[in-house]
Amino acid sequence: MPLTSSMSWPALYTQLVGANRHATSLGKIWLSVLFIFRVMVLVVAAESVWGDEQSDFTCNTLQPGCENVCYDQFFPVSHIRLWCLQLVFVSTPTLLVAMYVAYRNHRDKRKLLQVCAFAKGQDEELETLKKRRLPIAGALWWTYACSLVFRLLFEAGFMYALYVVYDGFQMPRLVQCDQWPCPNLVDCFISRPTEKTIFTVFMATTSSICMVLNVAELVYLVIKAFTRDFPWVTQN
Amino acid sequence: MPLTPPAEPDPEPKMNWASFYAVISGVNRHSTGIGRIWLSVLFIFRILVLVVAAESVWGDEKSGFTCNTQQPGCNSVCYDHFFPISHIRLWALQLILVSTPALLVAMHVAHRRHVDKRLYKLSGRSNPKDLEQIKTQKMKITGALWWTYVISLLFRIIFEVTFMYVFYMIYPGYKMIRLVKCDSYPCPNTVDCFVSRPTEKTVFTVFMLAVSGVCILLNIAEVVFLLGKACSKHLHNAGDSTMGAWIQQKLSSF
Repeated sequence: MPLTSSMSWPALYTQLVGANRHATSLGKIWLSVLFIFRVMVLVVAAESVWGDEQSDFTCNTLQPGCENVCYDQFFPVSHIRLWCLQLVFVSTPTLLVAMYVAYRNHRDKRKLLQVCAFAKGQDEELETLKKRRLPIAGALWWTYACSLVFRLLFEAGFMYALYVVYDGFQMPRLVQCDQWPCPNLVDCFISRPTEKTIFTVFMATTSSICMVLNVAELVYLVIKAFTRDFPWVTQN
Repeated sequence: MPLTPPAEPDPEPKMNWASFYAVISGVNRHSTGIGRIWLSVLFIFRILVLVVAAESVWGDEKSGFTCNTQQPGCNSVCYDHFFPISHIRLWALQLILVSTPALLVAMHVAHRRHVDKRLYKLSGRSNPKDLEQIKTQKMKITGALWWTYVISLLFRIIFEVTFMYVFYMIYPGYKMIRLVKCDSYPCPNTVDCFVSRPTEKTVFTVFMLAVSGVCILLNIAEVVFLLGKACSKHLHNAGDSTMGAWIQQKLSSF
């Protein structure tokens, strides 16, 4: 995991920054918050807090297999993996926008090639086509709004999943377990519970901030479309 | 004692701090001279030292924390009681939070460039060379950008001081003790627990706090410099007005 994650987070970043050109300012702020306060904190700090979660999970018994079974019962999916999945899912709707922009560019390029097949300034026009920034209107507006809605759904979904799986955002110090092969009810101790609680609350907070940014961006887009389609509303 | 793999392999955090550096140092072009010194101090004496040295000192903080008991779980619980959050994580969060106000300045500069581009296009000068010139031109720290810059400096100072305070609250005194006494459940009675590498940790804690203090001083100096520059510009511009003349007369009477 460590080697691939060092290769994949920067790759994801380059993909998203490319799609970001067509984002609103709130979208650009969202991308910075995502990468600095979530991906960076995850990789630089949180992964080392959870690094020894299984090796340091100790139960008050010598029975072989009891620790494994109890760990598996209380941690079906580790926080770190949930956050990685959340970040990957939350970033992908932006690729919808990138795909739509690529499709539009391809279509316009073909039209351009058909219209001025023998014109001289063709290469320059193709370059400007690639570099231009499309206004967020029409089908692009709908694609963008859909991507925002999907982002919100994924964020909320993952936060809810974390809350349900771990019964809240607090990590207990002690859990009691009586799965087979544990001989009876044993005490099991979780490593670094306070530090894990602090980071869970931090990641939940930044997730909420990202959700607020997405809602604000959606409201902004709706208002922009409204004022564009009904200009007489603002003229009064 | 089972061999635990290192919690964080080396190439990964360096790569991410390196991409962080790329993002933050882009702001450098629009900083004052003191701002550039601050950025260098931040990256060389704080981030580099954190990644290259401090992380290996704290690497075995949990595995090397041993209590004078064989009661399972006592080690974990006592460690958690005395170290709610590790120094390394606090420093990483501090460095990330302290660097981000610089992005406010970067966003403002990008916004200004966008506005200038629009003005150029409206006035008919949509020559690609002119538009390129807007991108590479260095913004003067005046007007709204001055305010954004000063606010970002104030936020930096507030974050630094807050983290130093949080540090002092969690770990009163900056010295790392060798021995802690612990009696949380399930420890059978008061047990002695020994912290690993306390002296080395004290040395690095003092070092990081000293550099943090230097950074605060640099930020304060930059605020004073910007205020001084703005004041002198105002006095110079208001030289003809009565208010300016009155201020100058009052100052010269000292």
